[in-house]
Amino acid sequence: RLWIAATSRRATRARSASNLSVVAQDENGVVLSLGADEQRLIVSARPFRLDIVEGPKVLLSLNSRGLLVFEHLRLRKDTCKLKFVKNTTFRRQKKYQRLRISPFAFLTPAGPTSISLDFSFPGVEHVYGIPEHADTLKLKTTDGGDPYRLYNLDVFQYELHNPMALYGAVPVLLSHNTERTMGVFWLNAAETWVDISSNTAGKTVFGKMLDFVQGSSETPQTDVRWISEAGIIDVFIMLGPKPSDVFSQYASLTGTQAFPPLSALGYHQCRWNYNDQEDVRGVDQGLDDHDIPCDFIWLDIEHTDGKRYFTWDPNKFSQPKDMLQGLKDKRRNLVAIVDPHIKVDSNFKVHNEIRSRNFYVKNKDGGDYEGWCWPGNAGYPDFTNAEMRAWWASMFAYDQYEGSMENMYTWNDMNEPSVFNGPEVTMHKDALHGSWEHREVHNIYGLYVHRATAEGLIQRSGGVERPFVLTRAFFAGSQRYGAVWTGDNAAEWGHLKISLPMCLSLGLVGISFCGADVGGFFKAPSTELLVRWYQAGAYQPFFRAHAHLDTPRREPWLFGPENTALIREAVRQRYALLPFWYQQFYNAHRTGQPVMRALWVEYPEDSVTFDIEDEYLLGRDLLVHPVTEEGLKSLTAYLPGKREVWYDVHTFKKHAGGQSLYIPVTMSSIPAFQRGGSIITRKDRVRRSSACMENDPYTLYVALSPEGTAEGELYIDDGHTFSYEKNKAFIHRRLTFNDGVLSSSNLALDSQFTTASWVEKIIFLGARKPASVTLKTAGGSETRVEFEYDSALEVLSLRKPGVNAGADWTVLLR
Amino acid sequence: MLCAQLLFPLSLFLGLSATVEVQRPRGVPLSKRQFYEEGKPFTCLDGSRTVPFDRVNDDYCDCKDGSDEPGTAACPNGSFHCTNAGHRPAFIPSSRINDGICDCCDTTDEYNSGATCKNTCREMGRRERESLQKLAEITKEGFLLKQQLIEEAKRKKEEKQSKLTELQAGKRDVEEKVEALRTVKETAEQPEKEAKERHLKAWEEQKAVIRMEKDKAKMAEAFLELDDDADGYVSVAELQSHAELDPNSDGSLTEEEVQGLLGGADKVDTSSFENIWGNLKDKYVSESQAENPSSLETAPEETKEPVTDNESEPYPEDDIGVEEDDEEEEDDDDDTHEDFEDKPQTSTQTPERSDKDEEAMPPYDAETQSLIDAAQKARDDFEESERALREIDDQVKNIEKELSFDFGPSAEFTYLYSQCYELTTSEYIYKICPFNRVSQKPKFGGSETNLGSWGSWAGPDDNKYTVMKYEHGTGCWQGPSRSTTVKLTCGKETTVTSTSEPSRCEYLMEFTTPAVCQEPLPVNVVHVDGHSDHVEL
Repeated sequence: RLWIAATSRRATRARSASNLSVVAQDENGVVLSLGADEQRLIVSARPFRLDIVEGPKVLLSLNSRGLLVFEHLRLRKDTCKLKFVKNTTFRRQKKYQRLRISPFAFLTPAGPTSISLDFSFPGVEHVYGIPEHADTLKLKTTDGGDPYRLYNLDVFQYELHNPMALYGAVPVLLSHNTERTMGVFWLNAAETWVDISSNTAGKTVFGKMLDFVQGSSETPQTDVRWISEAGIIDVFIMLGPKPSDVFSQYASLTGTQAFPPLSALGYHQCRWNYNDQEDVRGVDQGLDDHDIPCDFIWLDIEHTDGKRYFTWDPNKFSQPKDMLQGLKDKRRNLVAIVDPHIKVDSNFKVHNEIRSRNFYVKNKDGGDYEGWCWPGNAGYPDFTNAEMRAWWASMFAYDQYEGSMENMYTWNDMNEPSVFNGPEVTMHKDALHGSWEHREVHNIYGLYVHRATAEGLIQRSGGVERPFVLTRAFFAGSQRYGAVWTGDNAAEWGHLKISLPMCLSLGLVGISFCGADVGGFFKAPSTELLVRWYQAGAYQPFFRAHAHLDTPRREPWLFGPENTALIREAVRQRYALLPFWYQQFYNAHRTGQPVMRALWVEYPEDSVTFDIEDEYLLGRDLLVHPVTEEGLKSLTAYLPGKREVWYDVHTFKKHAGGQSLYIPVTMSSIPAFQRGGSIITRKDRVRRSSACMENDPYTLYVALSPEGTAEGELYIDDGHTFSYEKNKAFIHRRLTFNDGVLSSSNLALDSQFTTASWVEKIIFLGARKPASVTLKTAGGSETRVEFEYDSALEVLSLRKPGVNAGADWTVLLR
Repeated sequence: MLCAQLLFPLSLFLGLSATVEVQRPRGVPLSKRQFYEEGKPFTCLDGSRTVPFDRVNDDYCDCKDGSDEPGTAACPNGSFHCTNAGHRPAFIPSSRINDGICDCCDTTDEYNSGATCKNTCREMGRRERESLQKLAEITKEGFLLKQQLIEEAKRKKEEKQSKLTELQAGKRDVEEKVEALRTVKETAEQPEKEAKERHLKAWEEQKAVIRMEKDKAKMAEAFLELDDDADGYVSVAELQSHAELDPNSDGSLTEEEVQGLLGGADKVDTSSFENIWGNLKDKYVSESQAENPSSLETAPEETKEPVTDNESEPYPEDDIGVEEDDEEEEDDDDDTHEDFEDKPQTSTQTPERSDKDEEAMPPYDAETQSLIDAAQKARDDFEESERALREIDDQVKNIEKELSFDFGPSAEFTYLYSQCYELTTSEYIYKICPFNRVSQKPKFGGSETNLGSWGSWAGPDDNKYTVMKYEHGTGCWQGPSRSTTVKLTCGKETTVTSTSEPSRCEYLMEFTTPAVCQEPLPVNVVHVDGHSDHVEL
């Protein structure tokens, strides 16, 4: 199947072959119209190839290299000589997973199968996506090396800059040049490999220029070949042309980011493990004693009774509800881990139920598949089975999950699935999900675990409350169920640095709620690294500190008052920006646009941005360049947009766009810039949790463009229920500044919500001093607003406009 | 819509005193009341600016130091004063005002959040007073106990010191005695040695005579054996039948070789045979022996066997020592051990004994024996005196070690030395032997884990005798070696109150002892807080 999503002038929609119209036809092919922009699909029979063209230009060719392969299922005995794909994949797998296992060892009774197809992108030198890899944002060519591998695995201490498979897989690749962004979604959950080659790779800039001058250059081209072990060729082509078009086209296929509860955007304090209830209480108190805001405390596997999920250690966590109530009294929440491996123990209710309902994955002989994981011998529920998922979801009901309360949420780890004694620490490929071999569904198993859990959290509240579930394994579409993190990283500078491209790559393929373990999971971070990681993490979507069991404690206050203050400040910056984050997630949820964006997403014509991965944008208005190197005294940030200006969010200093800016840094620096022309809403009264800040007033940061204009949005709802969706209970306002008039207007006329929050301050950056400032409210009343003006910085602050954040109002600068 | 922000009449209900109403802005402590004078412009406490008084607590932050908003959450760095009548006044960060969480026991921080807070000051005050009182009692009693401990330690130390002096004095005597006995020993050993040597020499001479006689007999026997034709001569031919005498061991005994053996003669008579016997006797094999050579070859091997057995024997004994199994088993094994020793002896000693009997040294004569006995006694006496000296040395070392410990400024921790205290939790039994080590043992069997050996006092500089640090315990997998921090608090009892492992392999133990009880403050000080409110009024 081939799906092509093109953008028409009016709307984005996916087209299937049925609504293509034939433009021309001969005995060797057919030309079909794609409807928009003179786009055509040329189908040639011999040799078989597909070309998507726009006018005279070829956008994308399929099978132009003739690598289409469909190796169908056969009986085992006639397959003892493996075809090339099998050989190649296994040799490579063996090479870098360092397994000394015969490549034939995991073969299934059905024998080998494989599919493959090549895609050529003329005029393209940059391709992105296909996470998860600990590698650069821009994909590298794989000539002479291993292809990028997509096979969800529990990798112990993963290596950086390596195409090896990690915990999740999203088979979506984006191509980009200054004219067009496109996407290929290879819908296949089996083990997949992606080979990338380019005719310009390896050429120096000088060589390219020489080609250009001599006019001898061939068109740059990137060729991508997809190989999967099983399944059918099921490809979705997204033709863009803008990055935002590709995002919405892809969102129409797999859905958008789940809109998280506001609290989930706060700071998460995690550790393997907080020892007992007292420890949790102590950490909660420690956060308050050191005035560090926090919304969640997390419990890893040790909280359970012998790694039996859904239970509590009877000694260490004998009164979970008291503990949860204690956190609730502080308006904080808890996350308890629930992994998908279930201890095989006839005294364990969950196991007995799964077994009696026949919900376990089977081994090739039809018995329950068993493997080793945290609890010892464990069974693996078949999450691909809808009945199983419904049952699993029901386990999160308050009366089923003893000791749970509404402020307790869930973390799904080890859902690749991890099988300690399985091949490559995962499930045998010949295990059976109903009649499907595991190899057919491997990469989607984790998504189903995540989904069933998220549905459980929705159901326990009768569909009222939004869930929050973190997953380690993921697949295309996992964004619909919650957050992901980059797995078991290490307390090393390289891991801090790589967290940016890793989350940016996920953002490109729809998964916005991404973060890395702050501080690094394995090993103990130096104090400097820990502080820098807090600073970087505060500006990444999912902000959680986590640590391995064997590392020394590292709560933020354990490194001396100076470092505590640095960490506190980073966390406070996060909390002040929560309204902005929340609005970005609302936008991601509605439109599929990423929250954390590579610079080229917003500056697609600026080729300087194409390789940048040490800085990024939040939405389109906040540019962040965290310090990710040890002992750094200065860094250079690229401020994009030749006709733009950027304001340092800490000093309000204005900088021209289209330049590389030299920035001296100290330990307190988190370089960040607000785009001129934007309005960012903040709550500058930071409190100990997001819930405590619910009714607090807003401060608007109006950063003027060179033309003296600005615009932004403000989104408010109850912060935790589905009422915004079901009852349109939200406020969504547009804020615009033009010709000296700042106004707040309603973007959702049919919505209804009231807020106690008001506007306490409006700060104009890059403004001239007005003679007077007047506030007009909906009732027509006009009042003068006091202001202060800093002529050196061109900062105008309006004192206490006092209007309700949900109301219509206008402020006039004269 | 907006919160109530302006001046707010504040009522204070203080303890048992009459109700007093004091006008001041919300969140201002009485001590700062004079800076907030109603109707007059307010100057930020840092002096940075002056604003109209209606901007105090108007829910907008005007002062950089946050002083214009003592009663609202408007300033990020502000603080709010709760009077907490009945309990203790406190400052909380401004961000905790109206955040829906009750922080002040008098509920004044949540005046506009909808949170339903209960005034718990009285209850808390009462509880705190009670616990303070209890603490005061504990401190008082603990401090008394501490005085005793100090006295005891002083006495003990004196005891130890005098014991040390005594030992050291005694040591000199013993040393002298050792020297004297050494001389006695050496004096006694000289004649012993001489007598023994004499005896040995006599025996050697005697043995040589016996050996010579034996040799002669053997020679005569050999002559008779060789002289096949009994002509009184041993001829070349007769000797040639003894292949074992082949000088170059080439397997053939030629006539020339035999002649060589016979000293160049064709035959020798008994007296000449005597001269050449020396060339033959080492190789010569008697015909009767040659018929039965196996007895010679097997004998040495048999003698080896019991030795091997004996060498392997120590293992069961060692095992017993390690496992500390019950006595009976050990005895049983000892029996078998003896069995093993006995068996081989009976089977192998017979052939040797005859030889040994011949060569056994005769007992010492009475004179020598008495010299030996005297020397042995001198040796025993000397060794005993040396042992006594060593014992004294050990005692001195132990006392010196004990005296070298830092037992606190008044040696109040002395009593903990060489004591151990235990705490049993749901999983483990924790044991601390102060100034020695901390350990952990699973409750339901399993080996003990060392959680650290005595390191040092590790409290803060001004109070270092409140924390003990034990280090270098059993190593952790992929981690550091275990260590334990012991926090000492004042208590009447000496006991472990809790243990935990806040971080992997870093243990924390809470320990109460009278030794850390501080001298109680004068009794009335406990109520100073209550009074201070009055004073402030």
